[in-house]
Amino acid sequence: MTPTATAGRTPRRRLTAFLHRHAGVRLSLLLSAPLLWLGVAYLGALAALFVTALWSTDTFTGDVVKELTWVNFQDLFTLDVYRTIALRSVGVAVAVTLIDLVIAFPMAFAMAKLASPRAQRWLVIAVLTPLWASYLVKAYAWRIMLSADGVLGWGYGLTATILTLSYLWLPYMILPIYAGLERLPDSLLDAAGDLGARGPRTFRTVVWPLTFPAVIAGSVFTFSLSLGDYITVKIVGGTSQLIGNVVYDNIGAANNLPFAAAVATVPVVIMLVYLAAVRRTGALENL
Amino acid sequence: MSDPAVRLSGLSKSFGAVAAVAGVDLDIADGEFFAMLGPSGSGKTTVLRLIAGFEAPTSGRVELGGVDVTRLAPFERDVNTVFQDYALFPHMNVVDNVEYGLRVKRVPKAERRARALAALESVRLEGLERRRPNQLSGGQRQRVALARALVNRPRVLLLDEPLGALDLKLREEMQVELKSIQREVGITFLFVTHDQEEALTMSDRVAVFDRGRIEQVGTPADIYEKPVSPFVAGFVGTSNLISGEAAQAVLGREGTFSVRPEKLRVAGLDDAVDAAEHSATGTVSEVVYAGPATRFVVELDVGGRLIALQQNLQVSSMDVMGLRGTRVRLVWHRRHEFAIVSQEGVS
Repeated sequence: MTPTATAGRTPRRRLTAFLHRHAGVRLSLLLSAPLLWLGVAYLGALAALFVTALWSTDTFTGDVVKELTWVNFQDLFTLDVYRTIALRSVGVAVAVTLIDLVIAFPMAFAMAKLASPRAQRWLVIAVLTPLWASYLVKAYAWRIMLSADGVLGWGYGLTATILTLSYLWLPYMILPIYAGLERLPDSLLDAAGDLGARGPRTFRTVVWPLTFPAVIAGSVFTFSLSLGDYITVKIVGGTSQLIGNVVYDNIGAANNLPFAAAVATVPVVIMLVYLAAVRRTGALENL
Repeated sequence: MSDPAVRLSGLSKSFGAVAAVAGVDLDIADGEFFAMLGPSGSGKTTVLRLIAGFEAPTSGRVELGGVDVTRLAPFERDVNTVFQDYALFPHMNVVDNVEYGLRVKRVPKAERRARALAALESVRLEGLERRRPNQLSGGQRQRVALARALVNRPRVLLLDEPLGALDLKLREEMQVELKSIQREVGITFLFVTHDQEEALTMSDRVAVFDRGRIEQVGTPADIYEKPVSPFVAGFVGTSNLISGEAAQAVLGREGTFSVRPEKLRVAGLDDAVDAAEHSATGTVSEVVYAGPATRFVVELDVGGRLIALQQNLQVSSMDVMGLRGTRVRLVWHRRHEFAIVSQEGVS
C-alpha cells in the first residue's frame, strides 16, 4: 500500500489544509468580525438613532413615548432657530474644510515631493504628534491664546471656533493628501514640464485631478468632525451654538432624547448629500 | 558645419558626495540616432535628465543647436522625453495625452486634433483615441508616449530605457519600428539603455558610460569590434580577453587583447593554421546549446579561457554536446584581435 499524503497529520494541520482548499470559508471567517462590528455596533446604532428620532417625549412626565411621530422633524424644519443653527454649522464646517485645504495642500506637497526621505519621516511625525495630545488641552490652549489678554487676544465667537477647529482637524486633511501625492509618480510632473507646462498648469491639469480623491477623503474628515463638534464651540465659541450643542443640550438639560436624535440625523443627511455630490463628479472612481 | 543638436561640455552632477556624472563632453549631430549605453548607476540617465532640464548640473554646459540652455527650465527647452514608465496622464484618454503639449502651446483646436491624429497614425494607434492608458497594453502605452513627445516636433527626442518594460518579442519589433520612425521624422533621437544589443541594433553612434564618464564613443561596429577598454569589451558583448603570459605565448606580444566569440573557429588539434591566423589549444570545459548557435567555453593550455560561438549550420545538439572534454584548437584571423588600452594603466 502506498502511504497517502494525509497520513500522520495533526487536526490543526488538517484544518489549515481545509482552509487552504476552501477560499470561501477562509474569506467568511476573516470577514465575520469586521462585518459583525459594522452590522451591530455601527449600523445598529444608526438604526436605533433613526427610530428614536421618530419617538417623542411626554412634556409632563419627561418619559419617552415609543410611538412613531414626525413631530420632532416638524419642529426642526419649522422653528427658525434650528434652521439658523444648521446653516451656521454647515458654514463653519465648510470654512474649516477650506482653511485646512489651503494650509494642508502645500504642506503635503512639500512633504511628498520636495523633502528628502529623512526629512519626510520627521515631517510625518511632526504632523502626527498633535494627535497624541488631548483634544481638551489643545482647545483650552486656544482659549488662552484667544482670550482678551492672550497672545492673540481676538476674543471668542464663531471666528475663534473656526480657527480652533481648523487647527484640530488639520492633520486629518494633510495625511490623506500626503498619501495621495506620494502615489502620484514624479515622472508625471516631469512629463508635464517636459511638454511645456509651467507650475500652475501642471497643478491644474495633472496634480489636482489626480489628488482630488485624496482631497475628498480629507474633506470628509474635516467636514464631518466640524459638523459634529460641540466641545470646541463651548470652549471658544462664546454665545454661538452649533448642531452639536443642540444635541447635547437636549440630552442633558432638556431631557428630550428623541429630539436630540432627530437633530443628530441632520449631519448624517448632510454628509450623505455631500458624498452623493462628490460621487457625481466621478472623483471616487479613481480611488 | 552647423551646430550640433546637442553639445555637452564638462558636464558634471553630484548628489551629495556621490558624483553621478563626472565630466562628460559629447557632441550629437542633427538627425542622429544616438545611444547612451551603460550599466545602472553609470550616469547615463542623469545625463538625459540634465539635457531635459529635470536636474541642474553641478558644473558644465548643455547646448541645444548652439544655444546654451543650462539654466533653462524643462518647459523652455526644445526637447521632449519618452519616460521609462511612459508617464502617461492616467486621467486623460489617449488623444488628450497626445494633445497635451499642443494645448499648452495654444495650438488651435482643429490643428491640434489633426496633428495628434497624425502622430497616433505614425505610431499605428488609430482607433484607440478614446481609450484610457490603463486600458492599453505595455506596447501601446509606449507608442502613446512616443506620439505624445513626437507631436511637438522637438529638436531632440530623449528616450529613457524606452523598451525596458516590454517583453522580448515586442522589444525586437519596437527596435525596428523606432528606427524607421526616426528615419521618417528626421528628429535627433537620444536614447538611454543598458541593453547592448538594443544600442548596437538601433543607433548610428553609441557612447558607453561607466561610473559617470564616457568610456568610448563610436559606431556600433567600432564599439563592438574595437573596444578601447576592458570595461567596454566586457559590457558590449562577451568579454574574451587574452592577457599576460597567455598573450605572450599565443600572440608573441605584451598587453591585453580582445577577440569576439563569433570570430573564433573551433578546429581539430592538428588542423592547418594559415599564416594570417593565430591559434591556441585548449580543452572544452562547457558546451551550451542555444538553438541557432552553440557556445564553447575553452580552457587554454597557456592559461585563461576563451568563449567561441559557432553557428549550428550542419550539427545538432546531440553532436555538439559530445564535444565536452575534448581537446581543440581555436583559430582566428589576426585582424580580429584588438589591443586594449586599459584606462587604469594596469596592462
